[in-house]
Amino acid sequence: MSAPTLEVRNLRTHFFTRGGVVKAVDDVSFTVEAGKVMGLVGESGSGKTVTGFSILGLVDAPGRIAGGQILFKGRDLATLPEAEMRGLRGNRIAMIFQDPMMTLNPVLRIDTQMIETVLAHAKVSREEARQRSRDALGQVGIPSPDERLKAYPHQFSGGMRQRVAIAIALLHKPDVIVADEPTTALDVTIQGQILAEAQKLCAQFGTALVWITHDLSVVAGLADDIAVMYAGKVVESGPVTQVLDAPLHPYTLGLIGSVPSRNRRGEPLRQIPGMTPSLLNLPAGCAFRSRCPRAEPGCAEPPPMAEYRPGQHARCIHPHQEAVAA
Amino acid sequence: MTAFLLRRLIQAAAVVLVMSLLVFLGVFAVGDPIEILISPEADQFERERAVKALGLDLPLWQQYLVFLGNALRGDLGRSFVFNEPALKLILERMPATLELAIGATVAALIIGLPLGLYAGLKPNSPVSKGIMATSILGFSLPTFWVGLMLIMVFAVQLGWLPSTGRGETVTILGMRWSFLTSDGIAHLIMPALNLALFKISLVIRLTRAGVRETMLMDYVKFARAKGLSPARVTFVHVFKNILIPVVTVVGLEFGGTIAFSVVTESVFAWPGMGKLIIDSINVLDRPVMVAYLMMIVLLFITINLVVDITYSLLDPRVRLEGKQ
Ligand SMILES: Nc1ncnc2c1ncn2[C@@H]1O[C@H](COP(=O)(O)OP(=O)(O)OP(=O)(O)O)[C@@H](O)[C@H]1O
Ligand code: SF4
Ligand SMILES: [Mg+2]
Repeated sequence: MSAPTLEVRNLRTHFFTRGGVVKAVDDVSFTVEAGKVMGLVGESGSGKTVTGFSILGLVDAPGRIAGGQILFKGRDLATLPEAEMRGLRGNRIAMIFQDPMMTLNPVLRIDTQMIETVLAHAKVSREEARQRSRDALGQVGIPSPDERLKAYPHQFSGGMRQRVAIAIALLHKPDVIVADEPTTALDVTIQGQILAEAQKLCAQFGTALVWITHDLSVVAGLADDIAVMYAGKVVESGPVTQVLDAPLHPYTLGLIGSVPSRNRRGEPLRQIPGMTPSLLNLPAGCAFRSRCPRAEPGCAEPPPMAEYRPGQHARCIHPHQEAVAA
Repeated sequence: MTAFLLRRLIQAAAVVLVMSLLVFLGVFAVGDPIEILISPEADQFERERAVKALGLDLPLWQQYLVFLGNALRGDLGRSFVFNEPALKLILERMPATLELAIGATVAALIIGLPLGLYAGLKPNSPVSKGIMATSILGFSLPTFWVGLMLIMVFAVQLGWLPSTGRGETVTILGMRWSFLTSDGIAHLIMPALNLALFKISLVIRLTRAGVRETMLMDYVKFARAKGLSPARVTFVHVFKNILIPVVTVVGLEFGGTIAFSVVTESVFAWPGMGKLIIDSINVLDRPVMVAYLMMIVLLFITINLVVDITYSLLDPRVRLEGKQ
């Protein structure tokens, strides 16, 4: 069996700030096969974006990858020299950012920003690069791409800008795309269109897609696998239907309970009590302990990641293994 | 764009009109030139004749209207001292001052942009800290003192550069320029650097602040995520964004540079407008003072207009608003 397209193993990305070490990503592991979609979920500040930047090698000081491996087709990106990493970035591994309004350079035309990406990785003429850029715009559903190439970012709506960013990510038909909440800033209809397109393109090109979101309903419809992050750690991972139907970790269950659902209409939404702890002074042991309804004295020891059902892992010593009534 | 220009020109005309009144009144308040111009021994009759000849016997508002009417015909009065049209005196000396101010601005950009860029990209390196510390000196040391130090070191002790005058000049379009001869350039270097001192510090600080702010923007990270080379990210994605504030501030500062050249011109005996105005103030040569101030007003207005246009060329967001 050949190596999976992307395998993240025990990744740790820490920020060495004046106030102390912020362990933004602290033991994250997941695997994405070609043509599959991995949903990375978790509340704000849980380390999803930092995980994405780590894969692209874009973690800036005071942060750095402090441990673990990022295997891209078996090659470890965490130790790859910057020059080689640059050859992969935007070429074999692309990223779509969270906020489409901030992603494109306001003073450069769309064609400049697309053509430079083509020319960074392919030895082609400018004309050829322009053709490819135009085709990519057409592919993501931007009407009259020839004209739009000459426009500036502020002449596009948020949805259109995100399509441009997606088109840029697709230019070199990458093997891995990290999509960081690419639809959160957009309204629901456009969100649906972009999701459908992303799914189609990944299947078509065999791209491994890491879809970062805090929206479980998006993951349910799109992803094959899911990894749930809490305070820098993956607390549960597995096939998406399995995890969403029968979550093991109390945090995952809490997340599912806080999403409005049709068959629980009328009941109040269940909220996870308490606040996300500060990464600078996490409680010893399970980071979810202060908010967990199932906490017990043993939770003061850091719980290990364990496989409770085939393919489904959780970082909890007292998981929901009984039948779930969610 | 045409509508924009037209609107700006009408605004400019209104500003010039208001300024002409202020300048006229201000200069009037400075003092009575008769006391200086006419020898104390002159008798009453001679005195009255001189007052009449200069038009100083009319009521103030009439003097202003006469001045305004003449100004519209391009006549800003005759110098009491040189007995030549004031405008001609100013225009003769303008190339020298423009040359000095442009030289200082170019020097500030050539020196300030790279240093600011470096300090912004490597904020923690000792070199950057040195650059920033030195730039504080540029802000705080008095121009005339630095000018004198430059003369002491490079003219008196080392003898590398001449300390006074414009040197050899070439006449183009009826105006004399120094920067086209090697002797002229040797004369230009020290005064231009002296005048540039404050500006260099300004450009360094603006550039550094701009770079540091821009480097944090998502679009810079996205540019890196596309696999672009660091050079392309810095010189295209970052630089083009910081050019907007730098050009705006340096452009707007240009008027101030011309006004400030008074000090540098005095120190280096640079025969520009600044030296002329100092001499004119000493003898209360009213028409020259008025003409000088009106030239400065016109200059500021022109600079503002040019900066606005350049700004809109650099920033697509402004450019397109104008089109719609
Ligand atoms: N440059 C930095 N210096 C210090 N801490 C940082 C830095 N960048 C990120 N962090 C910390 O890393 C943690 C994870 O941030 P991250 O942006 O990955 O969260 P996220 O899961 O993407 O959240 P969101 O849903 O809000 O985007 C945050 O607590 C943040 O404070
Ligand atoms: S380890 Fe303990 S505190 Fe942590 S989630 Fe499981 S039961 Fe709750
Ligand atoms: Mg994020």
